[in-house]
Amino acid sequence: MHGLINRAIQCFVSDSYGADKWVEAARVADLDFVEFEAMLTYDDDITPALLDAVSHVLDRPRDEMMEDIGTYLVSHPNVEALRRLLRFGGVNFVEFLHSLDDLPDRARLAVSDLQLPRIELRDHSPTQFSLICQCPVAGYGHVMMGILRTMADDYGALAVLEHTGSGNGVETISVSLIETEFAEGRVFDLGARAG
Amino acid sequence: MSEIRNMERALDVLCPMHVVLSNTGHVIHAGPTLQKLRPDVAMVGRRFLEIFDLKRPRAITTMDALLATAGTKLHLQLRDAPQTEVKGVLVPGAEDGQSIVNLSFGISVVDAVTDYALTSADFAATDLTVEMLYLVEAKSAAMDASRKLNQRLQGAMIAAEEQAFTDTLTGLKNRRAMDHVLARHIQWDTRFGLMQIDLDWFKAVNDTLGHAAGDHVLQTVARVMVEETRESDTVARVGGDEFVIILPHAKGTEALEGIGRRIIERLSRPIPFQGEVCRISASIGTAIFEPESGQTMAQILDDADVALYASKHGGRAQQTVYHPDLRLQAQNLSAPVGRSSAATA
Repeated sequence: MHGLINRAIQCFVSDSYGADKWVEAARVADLDFVEFEAMLTYDDDITPALLDAVSHVLDRPRDEMMEDIGTYLVSHPNVEALRRLLRFGGVNFVEFLHSLDDLPDRARLAVSDLQLPRIELRDHSPTQFSLICQCPVAGYGHVMMGILRTMADDYGALAVLEHTGSGNGVETISVSLIETEFAEGRVFDLGARAG
Repeated sequence: MSEIRNMERALDVLCPMHVVLSNTGHVIHAGPTLQKLRPDVAMVGRRFLEIFDLKRPRAITTMDALLATAGTKLHLQLRDAPQTEVKGVLVPGAEDGQSIVNLSFGISVVDAVTDYALTSADFAATDLTVEMLYLVEAKSAAMDASRKLNQRLQGAMIAAEEQAFTDTLTGLKNRRAMDHVLARHIQWDTRFGLMQIDLDWFKAVNDTLGHAAGDHVLQTVARVMVEETRESDTVARVGGDEFVIILPHAKGTEALEGIGRRIIERLSRPIPFQGEVCRISASIGTAIFEPESGQTMAQILDDADVALYASKHGGRAQQTVYHPDLRLQAQNLSAPVGRSSAATA
């Protein structure tokens, strides 16, 4: 698994719960190091073991924790760059949802060896969508839930999300859009670079 | 008339940075994004070449000359600040005598979005500008991560090199480090002194008092050598009980002999260790590298070694400065008992 993904888990734990918790999780996961390098690649088995360890150390159910990771990725100031990159996907939440099909390709444009799971958006009506996520690591759908919930807020849209099941390495999320301009949302300035 | 309005509306969506010019070169209509660059001054009614300076092709000041460029790439710059550079192309317009110039930011877009607070809605839906901005940001973030990795790797490399060049027992430089330093001094071709130092009776300490005593002796020896030399000198442990000191500021034979004498004197004092006393001494062979002598590293080391042989043979606890005559004598001498293989170094 790409270092960026493992590093994201590391930053989630240390930014939200403190460096001590992270060191503990690294020990429980039997890593013989505590720092993931964002630009190196690690053995695929490390990531699921790491997620189990984090869930154990934080004493949180795995699904909830995965959703928290998603929320963290697009709301914590330390990873503001990621929120900005996602906002380039569209000018409103629906456009953003449609841009998720391209997400793995967009990611690869930036980091050529980063393989993100495929995501497919199906629209059933202008306000009813389902998102089908390929899940190389169980619970990736919950990460997407956290990301979508936070991005809906970011765009000022009101949406109801539900994880509607998993199987065959695929997880499905249903998205019901209640209102597209529910609140102000956060400003997205094309020229303002995240520091 | 409504046909023209429709045309303008279509162009506003397809090319939001276009202008329609009259036959006199005055702006009749400006696209919404272009007008956003100068929100306080309406572009309509002004002369196009008063708003923009044509950088290439050069020396175009009249409308006729501008019309002649139709279809070719134009490099323009806004005349007042911020003097954003834009690219453009002119084509004949729908009405007789009119023309349309479409503009785009080119590479200046990264600054322009900040300068003019542009949003995705300011670019045509088919325009790749927003994708380009995405790429600029994504690549900067990725480069940043790579740069941090490189810095950490470099730090680790320096630490590893430091370790690889250090003799862990004494903290002195090791043979590899000595080779490097010596090669560098020869490359600089400046005068320096080279001392080969062998401990006398060290093997006896090891054999009778054990390795812990031997290690203690080596650490004491290392400290003495560092104390008796300058910081710019290089003290290295190149074998079990063999040391090399490179002295770049050796002014002459007397100065080198002074340092050698003090080292021998101090190493000849008994070294206490856990209630026992370790007695050693040192033999020194010194060679001096002269600029433009053309001597190689192997030659200067061999000179010092020949001098060291002479010291050993002369009864130990002695020092000898190399002289070519020593080689003649050395041929008639057998190596002192217990000598290691320093001669092959």
